[in-house]
Amino acid sequence: MAQSEQEILDGLAEIVNEETGIDTASVEMDKSFTEDLDIDSLSMMTIVVNAEEKFGVRIPDSEVKNLKTVRDAVTFISGAQA
Amino acid sequence: MTSPTASTPPAPKGTGTLVDNGAARHSRMIGVGAYRPARVVMNSEIIDKIDSSDEWIRERSGIISRHFAAEDESVIDMAEHASRQAMEHAGISADQIGFVLVATVTHPYQTPAAAPELAARLGSTAPAIDISAACAGYCYGVAMASDMVKGGSADYVLVVGVEKLSDFTDPYDRGSAFIFGDGAGACIIGPSDTPGIGPTVWGSDGVQRDAISQKQAWTEVRESWKDAQADKAVWPNIGMAGQTVFRWAVWGMAPVAQQAIDKAGIKADDLDAFIPHQANIRIIDAMVKQLKLPADIPVARDIVTTANTSAASIPLATTRMLAEGEAPSGGLALQIGFGAGLVYAAQVVVLP
Repeated sequence: MAQSEQEILDGLAEIVNEETGIDTASVEMDKSFTEDLDIDSLSMMTIVVNAEEKFGVRIPDSEVKNLKTVRDAVTFISGAQA
Repeated sequence: MTSPTASTPPAPKGTGTLVDNGAARHSRMIGVGAYRPARVVMNSEIIDKIDSSDEWIRERSGIISRHFAAEDESVIDMAEHASRQAMEHAGISADQIGFVLVATVTHPYQTPAAAPELAARLGSTAPAIDISAACAGYCYGVAMASDMVKGGSADYVLVVGVEKLSDFTDPYDRGSAFIFGDGAGACIIGPSDTPGIGPTVWGSDGVQRDAISQKQAWTEVRESWKDAQADKAVWPNIGMAGQTVFRWAVWGMAPVAQQAIDKAGIKADDLDAFIPHQANIRIIDAMVKQLKLPADIPVARDIVTTANTSAASIPLATTRMLAEGEAPSGGLALQIGFGAGLVYAAQVVVLP
């Protein structure tokens, strides 16, 4: 049940919005989670766990530090779904 | 081994019958006590060494201040204060104590344990051991004490959670320098006519041993000490993989807390207080959300001015909630400890 990158981006934006209150439209591919969206490490982990559930993938702790931009997360989730 | 020469195995004499010790009976918590060291340390005192700010620490942990013990104040000193208060609250004397359990990971002697010296100071010669279960230590102690009382091996058990984490915290580690504090909490577990301590849900996950760990083994310290006495990395401070711990604590421990409620035969609605280990306000808030606890149940947030005191955090928070009238005596409290090991334990108790 692989989803398109746009579908993953939309779903991720909803998760980010729910955790942080950031407007979904601001969650763009080239934004950095920490620098642009000001998301701290614990909120990031909450987003990761909610993304695992929503997209049916497993994102190991060791992978989380590599997810610097929204695109990194969308690409990882997309690859994990394939 | 020589080969047996007898043609028949030895038979029991059958002349003695063991005495019935009067077990089994119910157990409950009959008193609590707390001790916070005098020195209050504000975030402003922490931030320079980790290039941080008061706001940054508050946002990530909820912590405004913590207490640090004096240099010459030991875990046993702190434990003694909390224990005396718990004994007074319970109305029992030292000679009634049948066992002393001290949960700590910061008593600086690998041997002897802290518990025998504490017992002696209180005027007790009861059996006494330490429990090394980090932030789960107090709940482990309550579970073991409850079983001792139920089984008849002790009438009253003193359980202490005490930490002097300031001795084992790297003030330059951005991941943990602001989290920890010092303090002691204690309770007395004794016999009861009705069930006062619910079944404990507990376990371990040693695969994640590195998530919270002393940075070096003592044998490694001996070697590195020779090379670089000035190197602060030589000292085996406690390190923590924050994100890994957060994931485990929230999404791993919420189901454990739920199981403790279920096994106690109650509903979340029946609780009068939720007293989780005071690890981080973000963990506490996320756990409450995962548990879907009814909004009117008081939740311990002692971390704000006490920080994370590991094994001491639950009894410190319990004592405060009772003293400030936030939780009722005789009410049901869900307590859960979790930490380095990784290990965890949760149970519902009737508050003293």
